[in-house]
Amino acid sequence: MKGKEVFFQGNEACAEGALYAGCRFFGGYPITPSTEIAEILSNRLPKIGGAFIQMEDEIAAMASIIGASLVGKKSLTATSGPGMSLKLENLGFACITEVPCVIVNVMRGGPSTGLPTGPGQSDVMQAKWGTHGDHPAVVLAPASVQEIFNETVRAFNLAERLRTPVILLTDEIIGHMREKIVIPEEGVLEIWDRSRPDCSPEEFLPYDTSKGIVPPMADFGSGYRHHVTGLNHDASGFPTNKPSLVQPEEERLMAKVTENLDIIEKYEHLKKDGAKVGIVAYGSSARSAKAAIKQAEEEGIPVDFVRPITLWPYPTEPTLEMAGKVDVIIVPEMNLGQMIDEVQRCILGKARVIGVNRVDGDPITPENILEKIREVV
Amino acid sequence: MAFNYDKYMRPGKLPHIWCPGCAHGIVMKSIIRALDRVGLDKDRTVIVSGIGCASRMPGYVDFNTLHTTHGRSLAFATGVKMADPSLNVICVAGDGDSLAIGGNHFIHACRRNIDITMIVFNNNIYGMTGGQFSPTTPHGKLASTTPYGNPDYAFDVAELSMGAGATYVSRGTVYHAIPLERQIADGITHKGFSVIDALCTCPTTYGRRNKLGSPIDMILWFKDNTVGLKAAQKLSPEELEGKILTGVFRNDIKPEYCEEYQKIIEMAQGAVAGG
Amino acid sequence: MADRYEVRLSGAGGQGLVLGGVILAEAIALFEGINAVQTQSYGPEARGGASKSEVIISDGDIDYPKATKIDLLLCLTQESCDKYSVDLKEGGILLADSRMVTKLPEGNYKVYHLPIIDTAKDKVGKVFVANIVALGAIAGLLKSVSLENVEKAVLRRVPKGTESLNRRALSLGYELVT
Repeated sequence: MKGKEVFFQGNEACAEGALYAGCRFFGGYPITPSTEIAEILSNRLPKIGGAFIQMEDEIAAMASIIGASLVGKKSLTATSGPGMSLKLENLGFACITEVPCVIVNVMRGGPSTGLPTGPGQSDVMQAKWGTHGDHPAVVLAPASVQEIFNETVRAFNLAERLRTPVILLTDEIIGHMREKIVIPEEGVLEIWDRSRPDCSPEEFLPYDTSKGIVPPMADFGSGYRHHVTGLNHDASGFPTNKPSLVQPEEERLMAKVTENLDIIEKYEHLKKDGAKVGIVAYGSSARSAKAAIKQAEEEGIPVDFVRPITLWPYPTEPTLEMAGKVDVIIVPEMNLGQMIDEVQRCILGKARVIGVNRVDGDPITPENILEKIREVV
Repeated sequence: MAFNYDKYMRPGKLPHIWCPGCAHGIVMKSIIRALDRVGLDKDRTVIVSGIGCASRMPGYVDFNTLHTTHGRSLAFATGVKMADPSLNVICVAGDGDSLAIGGNHFIHACRRNIDITMIVFNNNIYGMTGGQFSPTTPHGKLASTTPYGNPDYAFDVAELSMGAGATYVSRGTVYHAIPLERQIADGITHKGFSVIDALCTCPTTYGRRNKLGSPIDMILWFKDNTVGLKAAQKLSPEELEGKILTGVFRNDIKPEYCEEYQKIIEMAQGAVAGG
Repeated sequence: MADRYEVRLSGAGGQGLVLGGVILAEAIALFEGINAVQTQSYGPEARGGASKSEVIISDGDIDYPKATKIDLLLCLTQESCDKYSVDLKEGGILLADSRMVTKLPEGNYKVYHLPIIDTAKDKVGKVFVANIVALGAIAGLLKSVSLENVEKAVLRRVPKGTESLNRRALSLGYELVT
């Protein structure tokens, strides 16, 4: 990749990726371990004519980025578990009103305040199911500093293309870890912008799906006066409770994701000859898994590996394929067993699934996983 | 000549959801006349609301309108305004929406002095959910959740706004619709955060329960129980007992948030020496 | 895995150990062309408490970013020495401050018991450059990084106006081990 080599922290790469993607508004609230993203953007955004605001709380921060996005600005907020719980209210608003935005959750340990400076992966189900009501979920889970940069760009791209909020789930380890990465030159990574109406303001319908499942979006202030509401609405944007209109619109929100899997799904699938053990891991735990797989190989134990980079929607296909080959699938995660249920769900009973779980504030070590591999072989 | 509201109404959106006798329509009409008086460009104006009876108002009027989550109108509006400070941004909210669930956003918008006009449709009750007491329900009054009388004491919206730093603060009533219109217009033209405490009535869930008479009686009550700020200066504390003060409480010039942020942009871009 | 080299810088919050780790890793990753990953762990305190910063160095990919079998351990407090020396592998290097660390652990280590903090305080005149003095010593002990490249990395990260101070701290630290 053509670009500039830098030695960056994960949170730094996230801020840089956002700017690369065209982010021009950040609304946030201080919380460990995500605060560096806000600090960097408070410095960088005004330099390029963008805006940074520290709001009075997490709820307001989430609201502010939706407001800014409605004016046409690509918008970001960043938080961690306790803050994410508060953002969920307006996350649902962004889903039903189809306002593109990106939310970063640098996961830490514990329910409530938990382990503020320790890593965790306990928000993976919250990311999918957290806000109430049926809603689409697009969640990306990078595992390296370079991947944080690239996936932040992709998060904005998907948000714009699908008109939906996208969550970037990192954790304290990769958020604070520093590695050498390449900041690509402008133009190296593709940047997508939301489609805007090509009709006249008089003809404009804010949820017009005649040309595709994702309706074009007009900026507030651009002459296309329209109404945006968190109530169920029809194509005109005004509230409706007509069953014949509500059901298809709710289904369309979900279909924006299910019908665009080709651009949303992303995973790593490593296959070894004769593997009877497989691992599914994501985020920083995937790094421990990779180290364990290499050590197992040195001990003569081949291990297959699936790493979802897009966590939601979950990559069923490679997991099912792996389950058809191996006897046991190990799912290491820094929680007491969350994605393991999703793995169980999609493999149709074809393999035994066991977890390696830690929530003590220390990362899962390669040795933790290796022990389990040896145990099951 | 009667004022023609059609220019500002979205065709086909009436009847509104408000009950017969509800005074929200009077506040809405005052807002429309104020917008006309100021001459705002419909395309460059965004009206934001939260949840509740008052928050349905933006759906009826022909602007860029944003009906958000409960209490959050100012937080959304702040994002809108910061993203494009040249937009005119107006928030409409009920008393429960703006001062209970949205209370934190309210005081911080005041503190920032961001150029947004907040019109509180203050009818002392949660109407949409059936008449629960709100932060402006007077002490002792009945609501569906204060069957023995309200143990809480009410916020004074004007005092709260001034204490939090709003730079234009006024109170009007639906009986005094013309002064209310003027206050709203002044609030919109004021550079900074403006709060208009628009006293109105909810006959259905508040008036009936507290035996306040007909919808008309409730509106006329404002005539007899409010005193303009100027007139109040000539009255003794005894004469003012139980009266509600109306008028413009504050109209100050203070640096506005987006203008301050523009200075930061210039500083960051090196346009200001010594930045 | 054989080429993996693990460094842990430990002490108290406020001693600049996270920055020290960042500088070391940056010198290696950007200027030596070898992979390096830096991580840290810390408590809620901005000053005091236990603090550690780790640098993993490798010719190959660094999957697991944390230290488990430490090759070089820096301890600037007794507490950190007591807590972390158990992770030091046999034959590994223990670099301990001679004023703060009075009780050295038993074991088969190459011990460098050096006046890191005193050098910063007395010879440079600023106790806050102790982390840079330590970096100088580490640069002298590590084969994977040159003093020149550590200096280059130091100058990128320290505040303007403190360059000569830090350069001096670095070379005095280097001299402690060479």
